[in-house]
Amino acid sequence: MAIFLTKDSKVIVQGMTGATGMKHTKLMLGDGTNIVGGVNPRKAGTSVDFDGTEVPVFGSVAEAMEKTGADVSVLFVPPAFAKAAVVEAIDAEIPLAVVITEGIAVHDSAAFWAYAKSKGSKTRIVGPNCPGLITPGQSNAGIIPGDITKPGRIGLVSKSGTLTYQMMYELRDIGFSSAVGIGGDPVIGTTHIDALAAFEADPDTDLIVMIGEIGGDAEERAADFIKANVTKPVVGYVAGFTAPEGKTMGHAGAIVSGSSGTAQAKKEALEAAGVKVGKTPTETAKLARAILAG
Amino acid sequence: MDLFEYQARDLFAKHGVPVLAGEVIDTPEAAREATERLGGKSVVKAQVKVGGRGKAGGVKLAATPDEAVARATDILGMDIKGHTVHKVMIAETAPEIVEEYYVSYLLDRTNRTFLAMASVAGGMDIEEVAATTPEKLAKVPVDANEGVSIEKAREIVAQAQFPAEVAEKVAEVMVTLWKTFVAEDALLVEVNPLAKVAGGEVIALDGKVSLDANADFRQPEHEALEDKDAANPLEAAAKAKNLNYVKLDGEVGIIGNGAGLVMSTLDVVAYAGEDHGGVKPANFLDIGGGASAQVMADGLEIILGDSDVKSVFVNVFGGITACDEVANGIVQALALLAEKGEEVSKPLVVRLDGNNAELGRRILSDANHPLVQRVDTMDGAADKAAELAAAAK
Repeated sequence: MAIFLTKDSKVIVQGMTGATGMKHTKLMLGDGTNIVGGVNPRKAGTSVDFDGTEVPVFGSVAEAMEKTGADVSVLFVPPAFAKAAVVEAIDAEIPLAVVITEGIAVHDSAAFWAYAKSKGSKTRIVGPNCPGLITPGQSNAGIIPGDITKPGRIGLVSKSGTLTYQMMYELRDIGFSSAVGIGGDPVIGTTHIDALAAFEADPDTDLIVMIGEIGGDAEERAADFIKANVTKPVVGYVAGFTAPEGKTMGHAGAIVSGSSGTAQAKKEALEAAGVKVGKTPTETAKLARAILAG
Repeated sequence: MDLFEYQARDLFAKHGVPVLAGEVIDTPEAAREATERLGGKSVVKAQVKVGGRGKAGGVKLAATPDEAVARATDILGMDIKGHTVHKVMIAETAPEIVEEYYVSYLLDRTNRTFLAMASVAGGMDIEEVAATTPEKLAKVPVDANEGVSIEKAREIVAQAQFPAEVAEKVAEVMVTLWKTFVAEDALLVEVNPLAKVAGGEVIALDGKVSLDANADFRQPEHEALEDKDAANPLEAAAKAKNLNYVKLDGEVGIIGNGAGLVMSTLDVVAYAGEDHGGVKPANFLDIGGGASAQVMADGLEIILGDSDVKSVFVNVFGGITACDEVANGIVQALALLAEKGEEVSKPLVVRLDGNNAELGRRILSDANHPLVQRVDTMDGAADKAAELAAAAK
């Protein structure tokens, strides 16, 4: 099963013909992803050869969907054009849009999120500024390395890309059902809660690892959700205990403002919801192991 | 980026929010001419990016140009909550203030929408208003695509229960303030107080603006608003090299890839430091995804140039980033610094995992640099780096 993405997913890439898009389309194909097309209005009708796999380029998301039955789009569009590209995906009503692009202005992400809602939320947005999602052994929509681990029964949701990789590596011998990088921007589409709900419902997931970081209150709200709705064991990790107030730590959303958004507050909220929270990624992995070992 | 009051005032004026005349100066003598231009009296206001300057004596009335010079002399150089005053604004004196209000727009992260906030209880700390009398603070969601028309502005003003005689004027401010928020790609625009003055006008007497750095590509004028004097020299050098760097107050230099992993590295080093004389991380430095050898070398040069740094921890999990590139960057940076004749004496602890980790580790082993040691777990490497920093302290 897995969540959001399976071997049956038909994936298109917006921004495929750019340098980053080319590099990662090749990697995604290598991980077994069924990539059925790219989108670039200026190169419509051409195709790109990826080591023998011909991927056609379409003029629009709608056209690509009509001709291929695509149901997932991965976006590598530069920040200045990302809003228009996401709006195009929403207009085409593609079920899942994974926005990898880093550095999108908040007024743009707030605008495309509001637009998606006004259109009835038919498109699930993951990101922006995220590594995407992977269902090991089936499909990879984004930039998470496909060779870290194997299919297994842990579900992972994380604000951070490299911590996703680190955690998958720590638990590589057990394997993952799906791993979702939701991104570290102030406005993101899919949240911890959305992923937790999906993992709770996924029969192939036995345990959920949730990685958060400073800024906002997403982890606190996820804690409330876990308390009320999640029966599967959840192990948590929060980065940024030593981050000073008022300094943005790399991610646009990772900032402690006054009393809100601290790692300590998030840890306490998660623990109050019965989540075991590790002090370091390695300790978090140990907690997960202990639970799975029963 | 948070702006100074005078910069916020300028942006408000640009977009039609009513403000008083004012100009910024950095010498006491300039206060005289500026006050003369305002008709002989002024308010001298310290420009610092921190609240509570009035209580700290950073805002003074001057009845004559001479007095303005005297007040500017007092205020320039003053320390307000750790911020030194380098500039003062010489502002027009307000007509008699009858009432003080509060209005702002900001991002509501929780609901992923913009939010208008308005209150008739202005002039004080709005967080306190929100905590003690939340009924006095109206919060109205604003759809990013619909924006704030005069009708929407009236709805906000009605919810905040502004007195009838100022309602329309405040609504007009809400419209021009929204224009400021959108046109400048702001994360926050706040007017506090928005004053009703004798004669019935409403005027923005003080304000805060915070801008979104991600929008710099379409906001070429924002670069000039940066406070280059205040930037830490290491932060400025890192920025010039496009590195994501924040100076902290510890002794262990940190380089990693990805914001989350670097934040996590800071934590792990701080925990390890508890066992080693309380050493702490000296910085945040994210070399990003897909970092090349050159980026690694640039980063290492910045860290080694920090005199507070006693040891360095390079923590890389190669996702897109290839560990052999990182290893080459370390070796090249050390060679480069040696060529320049700079003595490098700080030990480096390197942990590489993930993409091409074996290759990267071999490059480091082959280079066999006396200052570099490999530790292959994150927690173990953090402990080693903390131990080395403590020993060098």
